[in-house]
Amino acid sequence: MKRIAFRNARLIDPASGLDAKGGLLVENGRIADVGPRLFNDAEPNDPEVIDCRGLVLAPGLIDCRVFTGEPGAEHRESLESASLAAAVGGVTSMIVMPNTDPVIDEPSLVDFLLRRAQATAKVRVLPCAALTKGLAGETMTEIGLLQEAGAVAFTDGDRSIANARVLRRALSYAATFNALVISHAEDPELVKGASATEGEFATRLGLPASPAIAEAMMVERDIRLVELTGARLHFGQISTRASLEVIAAAKARGVNVTCGVAAHYLALNELDVGAYYTFRKVRPPLRSEADREAMVEGVASGVIDVIVSSHEPQGADTKRQPFASAAAGTVGLETLLPVALSLVHNGQAGLSHVLKTLTEAPARIFGLPAGRLAKGAPADLVLLDEGEPFVVDAEKLHSRARNTAFDGRKFQGRARATFVGGVKVFDALAK
Amino acid sequence: MTSPDAAPILPSKHLLGIDGLSPSHIIALLDLADTYVVQGRAIDKKTALLKGRTLINLFFESSTRTQSSFELAGKRLGADVMNMSVKTSSVSKGETLIDTASTLNAMRPDILVVRHQDAGAAELLSRKLDCSVINAGDGAHEHPTQALLDALTIRRHRGSFEGLVVAICGDVLHSRVARSNLRLLSMMGARVRLVAPRTLLPCDAERFGVEVYTDMANGLAGADIVMMLRLQLERMAGAFVPSAREYFRFYGLDREKLAHAKPGALVMHPGPMNRGVEIASDIADDVQVSLISEQVEMGVALRMAILDALARGMA
Repeated sequence: MKRIAFRNARLIDPASGLDAKGGLLVENGRIADVGPRLFNDAEPNDPEVIDCRGLVLAPGLIDCRVFTGEPGAEHRESLESASLAAAVGGVTSMIVMPNTDPVIDEPSLVDFLLRRAQATAKVRVLPCAALTKGLAGETMTEIGLLQEAGAVAFTDGDRSIANARVLRRALSYAATFNALVISHAEDPELVKGASATEGEFATRLGLPASPAIAEAMMVERDIRLVELTGARLHFGQISTRASLEVIAAAKARGVNVTCGVAAHYLALNELDVGAYYTFRKVRPPLRSEADREAMVEGVASGVIDVIVSSHEPQGADTKRQPFASAAAGTVGLETLLPVALSLVHNGQAGLSHVLKTLTEAPARIFGLPAGRLAKGAPADLVLLDEGEPFVVDAEKLHSRARNTAFDGRKFQGRARATFVGGVKVFDALAK
Repeated sequence: MTSPDAAPILPSKHLLGIDGLSPSHIIALLDLADTYVVQGRAIDKKTALLKGRTLINLFFESSTRTQSSFELAGKRLGADVMNMSVKTSSVSKGETLIDTASTLNAMRPDILVVRHQDAGAAELLSRKLDCSVINAGDGAHEHPTQALLDALTIRRHRGSFEGLVVAICGDVLHSRVARSNLRLLSMMGARVRLVAPRTLLPCDAERFGVEVYTDMANGLAGADIVMMLRLQLERMAGAFVPSAREYFRFYGLDREKLAHAKPGALVMHPGPMNRGVEIASDIADDVQVSLISEQVEMGVALRMAILDALARGMA
């Protein structure tokens, strides 16, 4: 029986509201015991004892929006290389998008992905399947069979479904299986060819730009379809105040809808593109400072349920281009926690609240057993030092792709050790 | 044997839907149909009840069993039966439905059996023609003779409808058979359930006094009768259902799903079947549970009863 005893930790479990000094016992990959009194009086006599030295012990992070290159673009990122970055970032579960080559739209491909992850990845990989075949936005996929194969949600990833009739039927069909649908809210025609948000800054740079409302329009439409069909819908990421307001209003009238925000929309605004800095080209494009502030407020108020990395590996070939031609996307698995913690350091949200958006909330939305410090739960844990300063250095990232939007940025707080099912997958405690 | 001057059975000279009939009409029709089952099983199946009368089958949608069932019913009662095939008629040359109706009216038929892809087509014709009109299916609205023949089949096996749990499964959204059946069966005291993925359930189905399920195991639990509906091939290609294999996995009737129904539950299907899509072959062919062939036989008898009943109202 494999046992690990954590003592002298600051236990934070957003699911139960626990925030206290205490200990935690792992047995056979699960949490066997946890609480303020555990290992207080007597030294545990277990073979492996970890003295947490007062660091925060929390459920491992669940990143709900991760793109990898496997299958099809392993030169950019494989499940394995992404999982290395995840482990270093304290992420114990990656929910991966189906935008691969081939697209994950067949039960056999979900099975393939799960087997590859089992064989190569250091953290849990939870596949999303495509909502429409080939991500073409035309015909729905085999949601029932894909769910049986292990798909945790259905989405066309970074593509919006333009045809409302297709989306209506897909939502309706998904509701039959109580399947979660993840929407990407961007009117495809309004954003076609755009690489920045319309406004003074984009005008000065002369960049092709799209109006910020391209997002809220689709959020509004999708919410109406959710009300019609009774489906469960999650917006993978939002980035504007208008979207936030639409979602807040929908939640207030009881609509079954949740949303996420990518870390970069909390920390960066359109001006950070500076002199055509393509590593900060993301989709949707970075927004105004007012929208960035709204995203921080949305996390603080709880209207935004989860913070995600939207980890999207790109190579030098796709990023070293003129801004308008460069690919969008930033890696983010290793910077997710530090960026999220900046809200704590700026006094915008409490530590437990921020951790909730990375643990309990995603577990609840995706129906996962992880995300909490509870007896019987999987021993997916992160030991983090919320005060440790560090500077992001793209060259030192662990993912194969190094296209971070945060190169050179200073943060406080990072993972020091990560455990998946009781297995240590990252350890910087000794340093 | 009944005759044209016996007491009327139906409230109108047309049969446009189950809507408009009362339980006593239905019982009288089923009683009459029982006598035609006997006639259909005799060596001499023919009478002269409708001698000299003209029946026109006007089918705008292709049909094998309904059209031939009406044709045979008419011929067994001695009527002259004409089949108008739309493909070779002037309808395919762009004639409107009303013009077709006036043309047919001038031929002085006594009974017109019509199937049309649009809801309300039979109703429209009944207002424009002097003869009796029988609705053999109008869009997704009604198919009353199918519901009546299903009722006849059920009654001959179960005796009555009171308290029977009938699960109607599959493409309810596009099904006139389901609409007529749920009207008839609810009226006769059966408990009707609809079982389908949400994409194939009509809006506000619960308002018909039925229970709605999206899961076969729950929907079939304790059912006396499992009525499967045909899924049109073009609806399996991703518009309403992602694929035939997924449909069969979750909604196709196989032994495992049927095991949730009451022991001895009977299976029905209006035909034509898609084997391996909505129903497994071994169930369709199992005479212990499948009433599918019997439904066809009852169809002829029931349609003879309807022709008889309508003829009573004619001068």
